[in-house]
Amino acid sequence: MSDAGPPSAAMAAAAPTAPAAPTAPGARTADPSPGTSEARVRVFRGTPGNEPHFDEFDVPVEDGMVVLDALHWIQGHEAPDLAVRWNCKAAKCGSCSAEVNGRPRLTCKTRLSDFEPGEEITVEPMRAFPLIKDLVTDVSWNYEVNKTIEPFTPPADVPQGDWRWQQEDIERVQEYRKCIECFLCQDVCHVLRNHETERPFMGPRFLVRAAGLELHPIDQADRRSYLKDSGGIGYCNITKCCTEVCPEHIKITDNAIIPLKERVADEYYDPLRWAWRKLRGEGSGSGERVELPVLQGEPGAPEQAPD
Amino acid sequence: MTSPNDPQTRPHDVLVIGAGGAGLRAAIAAAEAGADVGLVCKSLLGKAHTVMVAGGVAAALRHVAPDDDWKVHFRDTMVGGKYLNNPRMAQLHALESPDRVRELEAWGAVFDRTRDGRILQRSFGGHTHPRLAHVGDRTGLEMIRTLQDRAVAAGIQVYMECTITKLTTSAAGVTGAVGYWRTTGRPIVFPARAVVLATGGIGRAYEITSNSWEYSGDGHALAYDAGAELIDMEFVQFHPTGMVWPPGVRGLLVTEAVRGEGGILRNAAGERFMWKYLPEERRQEYAADDAEAARWVTALSQSKQTDARRPPELSTRDNVARAIYNEVKEGRGSPHGGVFLDISYLPAEHVRRKLPSMYEQFKELADVDITKGPMEIGPTTHYVMGGIKVDADSGATRLAGLYAAGEVAGGMHGANRLGGNSLSDLLVFGARTGRGAAAHAATVDGEPHQDPVQVRGALRDLEAPLERGSGESPYAVMRALQVVMQQRVGIYRIEEDLDAALIELADLRRRWADVCVDGGRAYNPGWNTVFELGNLLTVSEAITRSARQRTESRGAHSRLDFPDTDDEVWGHRNSVIAKGDDGRMSVHTAPVLDMDPELRTLLAADHR
Repeated sequence: MSDAGPPSAAMAAAAPTAPAAPTAPGARTADPSPGTSEARVRVFRGTPGNEPHFDEFDVPVEDGMVVLDALHWIQGHEAPDLAVRWNCKAAKCGSCSAEVNGRPRLTCKTRLSDFEPGEEITVEPMRAFPLIKDLVTDVSWNYEVNKTIEPFTPPADVPQGDWRWQQEDIERVQEYRKCIECFLCQDVCHVLRNHETERPFMGPRFLVRAAGLELHPIDQADRRSYLKDSGGIGYCNITKCCTEVCPEHIKITDNAIIPLKERVADEYYDPLRWAWRKLRGEGSGSGERVELPVLQGEPGAPEQAPD
Repeated sequence: MTSPNDPQTRPHDVLVIGAGGAGLRAAIAAAEAGADVGLVCKSLLGKAHTVMVAGGVAAALRHVAPDDDWKVHFRDTMVGGKYLNNPRMAQLHALESPDRVRELEAWGAVFDRTRDGRILQRSFGGHTHPRLAHVGDRTGLEMIRTLQDRAVAAGIQVYMECTITKLTTSAAGVTGAVGYWRTTGRPIVFPARAVVLATGGIGRAYEITSNSWEYSGDGHALAYDAGAELIDMEFVQFHPTGMVWPPGVRGLLVTEAVRGEGGILRNAAGERFMWKYLPEERRQEYAADDAEAARWVTALSQSKQTDARRPPELSTRDNVARAIYNEVKEGRGSPHGGVFLDISYLPAEHVRRKLPSMYEQFKELADVDITKGPMEIGPTTHYVMGGIKVDADSGATRLAGLYAAGEVAGGMHGANRLGGNSLSDLLVFGARTGRGAAAHAATVDGEPHQDPVQVRGALRDLEAPLERGSGESPYAVMRALQVVMQQRVGIYRIEEDLDAALIELADLRRRWADVCVDGGRAYNPGWNTVFELGNLLTVSEAITRSARQRTESRGAHSRLDFPDTDDEVWGHRNSVIAKGDDGRMSVHTAPVLDMDPELRTLLAADHR
């Protein structure tokens, strides 16, 4: 399946102005003119503890329509209680992540014209995270992992007025900081998705964040033992699935994870440094290990547990 | 055993409602001042509208233009706001924004650099000098991520996907808030010593808007209901450049940075129409012709100083939006009812580097390569200058313990906001308001006590639309509201439309009182819409009443029946909205805050 496919053939004339049909508050779309084609959309419905099912809808298609538009049409016309998380509708906030025909995608930039005419479009929630309802999952685990990363640490002895960095020195860091936290990379990562490890793994998103700190021109903190012992960087076996799904086109594996793996390897697997640590009586880490939270298979954000 | 519909209780010294730039900055400041802070947001953390900001944050850092300073920034802000701004706010904003930007850098933000390695600044409409610190065209993301990480490191308790529907009060002031988890529908009660409203804007009152579903005027309505005043509500900014095609993204913002980097506006005949619309009194600030404008763009793209003046497209937003509206109305529009914005005459590589997310946005959503051809754009509802009346120094409202910062607060931008002044507003007044709220909280003795009758009433209001059994869908009423506001209270206004709108809004409020939803409380968008719609009805009435009262045209408020600016009557008066003793909305005016004589001399050349 291609990422954003080529433009669909002929673009029809402007859509008519909106008639006064009930529309979900999210929907910016006008109703289509009569005679336009329809798309068959299958949507996962369900809540934890209940047998999930798929509802099918025939959604009228208009020019430039994306999967999120189709979901809003369904909310406005057929299923007002359909749970969908979204905000900006411009691929800038990373809220509307889902799996479309099995592929993790932002529904706001997955165009219906990417699919073959007549192809059924199946929309499911991200599978790596516990279900809340329909297409909405509990991604709070990610926010807990983020808290364990040591924040930006500028040098204490250089006044800010003296900070000077060239544009080319920060372009790599700016690439990491493009991340919109859609968590699609977390969703597709087989380590997280299949709960493959006994110990927690921070996942590609937070390796990208750590890289943004580690490679910042003036950051002073050393997160290598954290990455190795708490973050579980070794669990990543660089299959690059994360890079493929990143809507911001961050080269997660090549530009973030591999450089971090090299830093960790230089520190911990270089024989000279290993011998030096032995001599000084140090262990393999800095001693104090931060424990990552465990990604649960069951829903329920910690702060929402009953009193 | 607790029922899933029993409220949770979470007391805090300071409760911040809204987690965009202003809410995050306020929460950080309050926590640094020693308060125990709760931060509530309707979405996930880091998704607020601040994330959409492309252009930059305005601050007179003087990295690109040594002639810049806070006085010029202050003057630009007042001129842009047509002198209705709270002058003390405009002063504090201009004075403090450079420190707030440097602070972001110290917290890890990575701004684009000048050749000598400092924070780079770009030009924007209405700013005399290149002033906007930026990160390509994703400045808002950089800012919100930096603040988010700082807030997390400060240990602030965040309540994600949680909606506040009511502020509780006592004779002594605000006592907390009541709301619910969007994920489960379970109610939650927040006793608090101080409350900061940082809920952003009202764009959802209109059909065509750059705002997401979140911007339903929650803070405006909560404050109004609790007894605070709203000012300048007639001033709604219609951003000149929203996408017009495809229909699914109609209204989505096209950053002003496109024009800041040299984007040219043309009508269907290929005419560069902005030359016709420059206001005579500011004509000398703009290039004389295409050649001078081109020299300005060339110098900019090479980061060189120039004596060329800026292109006409960098006029203020209100003026550019009206110009586009007129071009379309007079039959010179593009195929999809907008005009053309062209940056493709610059080298493709340069455009992709300076405007990467605009390049992506058009490529992915509209099949348009902006390095090869023009964009089609038109005005879109973007920002409300009006908001809760606050004290400039502390963010305090007239209700003790209630504070407001960011877009939900009024006064800073007067009749029209300059691009880039929003992010700096969030930072400057977010920080001040967080400190103000924490200082107030420290003066409140004993545990905050919420009146149980008020809490029970708020909980009943949550239940009502689920229990009615039959009634209209809230979506239908929402849709009707958006049509009324778009058609009758839009870019151009006239008394008969405004009168009709007030009648229609009253009718919509009656329909709203009977709406019904099913599907339960958990993550139910229909149920959520009920409360947002109620807030939008309040805000829409406030906009309409203020617009009807102001019988002149000024800034973002344009009256067809009163096309002239009337300095004599209106030049020094703000509109004020408050809830009357009879529970009805009252509108009146108050004089613009007196200006310090020193500030007055800064404006002397422009304004009496």
